[in-house]
Amino acid sequence: MVERDEARLLDFNVSRRAFLGASAGLTFAITLGLGGAGGARKAHAAGGAHALNAYVSIEPNGTIRIQAPAPEMGQGVMTGLPLIVAEELDADWSRVVVEQSPIAPAYHHPIFKAQYVVASISTLGYFMPLRVAGAQARRVLIDAVAEKWGVPAAELATEPSTVVHAASGRKISYGEVAAFAKPPAHPPKIDPAKDLKPGDRFRLIGRPVERVDVVAKSTGRAAYGIDARVPGMAYATLVRAPVRGSGPMSANADAVRKLPGVVDVVMLGHGVAVVADTFAAALKARRQLKVEWKKGLPGDAIDTDRDLEKYLADGRDMKHTGVVFHSAGDAAGAIKGAARVMVGEYLSDHVYHAQMEPMNSTASVRPDGVDIWVGTQAPTRTTLDVAAALGIGADKVHVHQHFLGGGFGRRATVEASVDAALIAKAVGRPVKLVLSREDDLAAGTFRPMTTQRIEAGLDASGRIVGWRQRVVGELVGDFVYQPGYVEKSKNRDVIFMSGAMLPYYEKVANVQSEHVREPERTRVAAWRGIGSGYTKFAIESMIDEIAHAQKADPLAYRLSLTDHPRARRVLEKVAEMSGWGKQRASGTALGLAFAEYGLFAPKIGSLVAAVAEISVDRRSGRIRVHNYWAAADAGLVVNPAGFQAQMESAIVWGLSSALKEQVTMTNGVVQQSNFHEYNILRMSEVPAIHVEILRGPPPPTMVGELGVPSAAPAIANAFFALTGKRLRHVPFTPARVQAALKA
Amino acid sequence: MIQFTVNGEDARSEQPPDTPLLWVIRDELGYTGTKYGCGAAQCGACTVHVDGQPVRACVTPVSAARGRKVTTIEGLSATGDHPLQRAWIAEQVPQCGYCQSGQIMQAAALLAKNKRPTRAQIVQHMNGNLCRCGTYNRIVRAIERAAQEG
Repeated sequence: MVERDEARLLDFNVSRRAFLGASAGLTFAITLGLGGAGGARKAHAAGGAHALNAYVSIEPNGTIRIQAPAPEMGQGVMTGLPLIVAEELDADWSRVVVEQSPIAPAYHHPIFKAQYVVASISTLGYFMPLRVAGAQARRVLIDAVAEKWGVPAAELATEPSTVVHAASGRKISYGEVAAFAKPPAHPPKIDPAKDLKPGDRFRLIGRPVERVDVVAKSTGRAAYGIDARVPGMAYATLVRAPVRGSGPMSANADAVRKLPGVVDVVMLGHGVAVVADTFAAALKARRQLKVEWKKGLPGDAIDTDRDLEKYLADGRDMKHTGVVFHSAGDAAGAIKGAARVMVGEYLSDHVYHAQMEPMNSTASVRPDGVDIWVGTQAPTRTTLDVAAALGIGADKVHVHQHFLGGGFGRRATVEASVDAALIAKAVGRPVKLVLSREDDLAAGTFRPMTTQRIEAGLDASGRIVGWRQRVVGELVGDFVYQPGYVEKSKNRDVIFMSGAMLPYYEKVANVQSEHVREPERTRVAAWRGIGSGYTKFAIESMIDEIAHAQKADPLAYRLSLTDHPRARRVLEKVAEMSGWGKQRASGTALGLAFAEYGLFAPKIGSLVAAVAEISVDRRSGRIRVHNYWAAADAGLVVNPAGFQAQMESAIVWGLSSALKEQVTMTNGVVQQSNFHEYNILRMSEVPAIHVEILRGPPPPTMVGELGVPSAAPAIANAFFALTGKRLRHVPFTPARVQAALKA
Repeated sequence: MIQFTVNGEDARSEQPPDTPLLWVIRDELGYTGTKYGCGAAQCGACTVHVDGQPVRACVTPVSAARGRKVTTIEGLSATGDHPLQRAWIAEQVPQCGYCQSGQIMQAAALLAKNKRPTRAQIVQHMNGNLCRCGTYNRIVRAIERAAQEG
């Protein structure tokens, strides 16, 4: 499993704060016949006294309630995680009712020590604890039956939702057991080495299962944060300072307070909120709001076009030293001694999450406690940060977790809930805060723009002997977590630098990647795929350039770099799927890319190889992707249907960012305002997508972002195959395509 | 006061006539299945039917609904089993799900006037509805399935 020092990279400040005695870790027990989840929740809410975990409760009618500990944002954890519990419990899945768990230490992710969904590691982290929880619940049922029937527990087995005594032919359903069983004073100990099912006995894990949230999401019943309704609540909207670190100097608050329906105008440190009796009134009044913002911030000077030129220059200037992220062998020495050195430069713009549900949170602040209704990736952090902002104990803050209308990293930070709480406190009544789309984008948190420079030293036979990748851009970790965070994490900004290594091209012995840091001026974020979205674009484009320079087939060249069976398997599979090497229809061409994904790669990582088939309209400069094939390996597959859906989703995400998405800034101000200017992929632009899942051994590794990193390089490499020209700047807008064709 | 019906029931709004229908539906009347995405008719998340026609509720003033029949996702079928909803489940379309009410309402308007749309007609009709989870291909399949299975 994950090594502790690596886990610390993700171990954000939650674990270092005292929080309800969180250090107790995960203990497992079940409640039986206590009135279902209500009882489980009550038992849990009572705290550590009984150490009841309450992942599982079984009702006498046979209904099995399983708590889903991780927020559901579309990635399918509300289905996949309870499925793991049900597997070891030997539950009849058709009798399982899944509930969003409370926000409480018993449901903490074992790596984060918090409820927190980022980095695609919910399944990886929860896999063993949930298996143990399920096995423990099953053991309690067996022990109860053994006592009742006066037979040794070892003679009892289970079938789905049934305890069986083969010797006497007796059977009893879990519901019937729940009617008489009592929760044991001490939960039975489960030894993961002995007491869990061997994989070949899985009944649920590894088979396609329908999502538990699809019916609610097809009928309008699913409750997102924006749907929360609290008696007596007012509605607020918020304009944040356009520039990071700025805030309001003054505003025409008195004039806005006189507008129809307006309750108040609230000045916050980094923005101004308009509060009204209806959201429509708040939005209308917000259009009349005029704010003078503090000047003199570093971000005032941002001009993304000009700044990219500076980034390029800094990447070329070796006196501008980078912070080493990954190093093996002696890259600089190998490049110096190489027969030939090739250099490639690649650029990427800022991109916006564009989650369909604008940021929002609903807060009720009372002397006896605070309630927050929100769809967030970070419910534990929400309790902590709201408590800190209000100067109260975290135990006074209750987060009601809702569905997320998209997360993608945007909802990993919790400022909307902090703002909602401060506004609610200021106006003395519950407040639903919703940002307009324009304000959501203007104060968005972006995957930062980058330039990259790769130097590859080749020997006389064309083999890569040295590889140096310099990635230029702002720190991300300090903004997402807190100042000094990256420094404390071995000075490695893993969000920014993710993917800047060649662990599966192990025949390249001398490798180094560096983060060339630019001043921190922009609101930045983790964004689906994090750094791998651009680092793999650079790496896989460069590999393609080197292959073509050797007149080598890009597939054969990649295979020559690796003996790793998993890497070869995804490459060979996608070649077979796409008909790689066969004659294509005139006007189309294929491009190949490979990527590993995961913060713990290569020790724990997922692999993907992808092929894009494209054509280009040379007049308009538009690229059309006709087909996209991907072969993916994420170790043990819990729910192949969920894996398939996530691959399709992440591929569309990757294609969208490769072809269309772009945030630009002038004088620090975002130039795009809504979806007519921030373009994302539409139905008419989506290719046929073909995914094959290659199964592997445990653990189950990252799925939700795996489709992203290969998209841009697969397109760029197909473009080269088609035109002989290289696309070096994502997104590949028509203007950039036309410029490349003329180059 | 503006009177109309929502999902067959009498409804009234006390809001100013230029108030977007979206906020009347969601906040005043409590039908939260209809979503806010952009406020500018750029994403389709707020699509509802007014007298059977798909409209973007975020830019439709409530006054435009006076005396008309408004249908939201909650009223598309009494029991949530409209052929499109069954197809959405069969194809496992939603991920985050936030845009899907609007997608289904947009698709329902197509099938109401064209029982067997071609793939090209589906894409043309649906192209204004954004899905950030990228479920587009499943949406197409679900509409095709609903058209076939009725």
